[in-house]
Amino acid sequence: MLNRYPLWKNLLILFVLVIGGLYAAPNLYPDDYAVQLTGSRDVFQVDQPLLDKVTAELEREGVVFKSAELGKKAGLIRFSSGDEQLKAKDIISRVMGDDYVVALNLAPTTPEWLLSIGAGPMKLGLDLRGGVHFLLEVDLPKAVTQKLENYASEIKGRLREEKLRYRKLDSQDDGSLAVKFMNAESRDKAIELLKSEYQEFVVSGEDRDGAFFTIVNLTEQAIRDIETYAIKQNLTTLRNRVNELGVAEPLVQRQGRNRIVVQLPGIQDTAAAKRIIGKTATLEFRLEAKSSASSARTEVYEFRSELGRKATLEKDIIIKGDNVSNAQSSFDENGQPQVNITLDSKGGELMARTTKNAVQRRMAVLFVEDKERTIYKTVEGLQIKETVRYQEKGIISLATIQSVLGNQFRITGLDGAGESSELALLLRAGALAAPIYFVEERTVGPSLGAQNIEMGVTSVQIGLALVLIFMMVYYRVFGLLANVALALNLMLLIAVMSMLSATLTLPGIAGIVLTVGMAVDANVLIFSRIKEELANGLPPQSAINSGFGRAFTTILDANITTLLAAVILFAMGTGPVKGFAITLSVGILTSMFTAILVTRALVNLSYGNRQLKKLSI
Amino acid sequence: MSTFKVYNFMGLRKVAAMISVILLVISIGALSVNGLKFGLDFTGGSLVEIGYEQTADLNKIRDQLKAVGYEDAVVQTFGSPTDILIRLGQDHDPQLGDKVLSALQTGETQELTLRRNEFVGAQVGEELREQGGLGMLLALFMIMVYVAFRFQIKFSVGSVAALAHDVLIVLGFFAVFKIDFDLTVLAAILAVIGYSLNDTIVVSDRIRENFRKMRKGSAEEVMNTSLSQTLGRTLVTSLTTLLVLVALAVFGGEMIHGFAIALLVGVFVGTYSSIYVAANVLMAMNICKEDLMPPEEKEHEEVDDRP
Repeated sequence: MLNRYPLWKNLLILFVLVIGGLYAAPNLYPDDYAVQLTGSRDVFQVDQPLLDKVTAELEREGVVFKSAELGKKAGLIRFSSGDEQLKAKDIISRVMGDDYVVALNLAPTTPEWLLSIGAGPMKLGLDLRGGVHFLLEVDLPKAVTQKLENYASEIKGRLREEKLRYRKLDSQDDGSLAVKFMNAESRDKAIELLKSEYQEFVVSGEDRDGAFFTIVNLTEQAIRDIETYAIKQNLTTLRNRVNELGVAEPLVQRQGRNRIVVQLPGIQDTAAAKRIIGKTATLEFRLEAKSSASSARTEVYEFRSELGRKATLEKDIIIKGDNVSNAQSSFDENGQPQVNITLDSKGGELMARTTKNAVQRRMAVLFVEDKERTIYKTVEGLQIKETVRYQEKGIISLATIQSVLGNQFRITGLDGAGESSELALLLRAGALAAPIYFVEERTVGPSLGAQNIEMGVTSVQIGLALVLIFMMVYYRVFGLLANVALALNLMLLIAVMSMLSATLTLPGIAGIVLTVGMAVDANVLIFSRIKEELANGLPPQSAINSGFGRAFTTILDANITTLLAAVILFAMGTGPVKGFAITLSVGILTSMFTAILVTRALVNLSYGNRQLKKLSI
Repeated sequence: MSTFKVYNFMGLRKVAAMISVILLVISIGALSVNGLKFGLDFTGGSLVEIGYEQTADLNKIRDQLKAVGYEDAVVQTFGSPTDILIRLGQDHDPQLGDKVLSALQTGETQELTLRRNEFVGAQVGEELREQGGLGMLLALFMIMVYVAFRFQIKFSVGSVAALAHDVLIVLGFFAVFKIDFDLTVLAAILAVIGYSLNDTIVVSDRIRENFRKMRKGSAEEVMNTSLSQTLGRTLVTSLTTLLVLVALAVFGGEMIHGFAIALLVGVFVGTYSSIYVAANVLMAMNICKEDLMPPEEKEHEEVDDRP
């Protein structure tokens, strides 16, 4: 008999390998050192004239750069060394000032034709690239308590409106509200009222110590909604802050019920990153000053979104951002965009007191941010850097007060849905979210990252070399074929990892090393079967055929069980361990392809078409 | 008609069982006396890694740290004498890395670099420990189900016994030698489960095949034949895996040293257990032809060969 694959099968294998080669290729191109330039807010756009200004300045300072390109929102300037990059960063941030974010970056150098088929290099994890990883925990019980306080003041208002007289309203230790009434009749009416108006309450009655109580509990669903909202709000806030850092591929993601992961790969100044993540933005609500007001009692502020437009505001602050409990954009009855604002009880009272005498005047919302800037000073001929912290205030909204405002009001007259959602976002970002705590932090210096890559690559190379030599010596021609398959397996593994844009970590590299060692297992199984069949007296061609055939189910069973372990590892692992699980799983799958199909094709091509007396195995 | 040599593996099964029991007793003993030396991932706390240009003086570093109030600092070298790892049991302080760096830099002529700074909350550590344990149990359970489904319940017990044996011995090794047990080691142990299982399945597969094929012969003979037939493969695969692991242990750096060690031990034990533990358990449960015959007979290709 002859061992031959039909043409289509050979072509299919070739096709898979070519595709694999293409998608693995981007990893051969080393990254460029780059500086990324973005506007700190939407008003500040990076455009060609700006980029030209920057490159002119770099040329003047004698810093050599490879190229300067304009992306969607960012400018990217590439350098051939890390030294040039650092020098350039200082120069660029000096030229650009605070309106632009200048960040160090590594830019892929994948050629255009590879990018056009969607190929790109693997992402490197923090342990290989350097960077910061934070795990933050959101204090959800606190968020629920805050919300409950808002409800308490709402309930008080409603009861008063309905003329249901209550003695007092307390929040109890178990997270419920208790309203005390003098008689059962008003209590029962209150229960009915609350039941009909608030879906999110579980309302019940209780008699004790001769008094009548209405007990209000939040439903499970309501609590979950509050928690989700608190997490979302924190996510938004953190994303905004992270954007300010200008990191190339930041990750801000919810993890589990109450945690948020923040990953900033490639960040060099970790201290600054931590300050920005942990900083706060607040809001101030103020009245616009009357034209007659003395300048001692007023302040002039710019609008955040319109450069040059200014307004004069009173110095007195009505309320601050921590009184805002919610802000959401929606549409009014005429389909015009609006932002609905909810204040807490204290905020509502203050707002009502002030606006009572200020109807038809205008109220401004100021956005206050703690920032820092680097200034360059020349002292005794030496240029030194200094970091100064300051507050930046800008108006985000100025609107006419139509009537006395309580703890719920809305801002209308906005330009479009885009503006209203941005305003709501800013209001929320400034509002006090549930407090967050750091529960995990991992900072890896860039030098350690580089060292990890180097050591990882060295161990892959040495491990691979040892296995290749061993297989050659032990299985001779078949060993050589298995080696080709092993090399192709590595290529496919890298290709699949790149396609999935999976993150490569140090344990991930360990996974690759392990895959190299274990991938030959399938070939070893096949070869020892062939040897056995030969020993049993089968002619070479039949031995090859039955060796491959009989080893197949064994390989399948053995690999599926290993895959099970890897999948479980992936499901429960975090960060680096996930990276290991991914390489291991992908490695198992690709090794099955190369060991079974590719080796078979190679064996068929080299032995299949002729009569054999002996096999070199 | 086969020409290869059949080794009498099962003749040594009592000795092997003894060795396994002794190793297990030592492991469990070490685990309960010494316990595992959990790394930062599982205990929580802070860690700072500092790079020196020349060999660092550990005692001096301890004194410097004490002087600035870090009384509980555990200082050790990490991989090389110029690389220092400092563990502190304290709460999160975003500036900790910089503080430690500046405390050590004072009065030092060489330039120090902050290589790594980690903080893990106590609660996170506890959760990881719990999850890790659960993950391992879940892995064992899923594998048991799969093997029971693909093979037979006795094989399933055999392979899970072999896995539990391997995991315990690797854990015991870490307890005896007081090696840091961190997240990567946990990953390695799950990989050991995968590896050892791979081995066990290959052997079981052959045992199943031989039970069906060898018309006569006691269970012991079937076992010996199967183990001898797979011996070559078992040794070659273990060898290639050990080769890459040695490369990883020697050249991979300190951060994955524990990982490489766990796998090295695991591959040794896993190879041994696939020969002796799984087969031994099968023998102990009186595995016989009837266990394997009925359900699969229809699917088996031999049926088609009959005229």
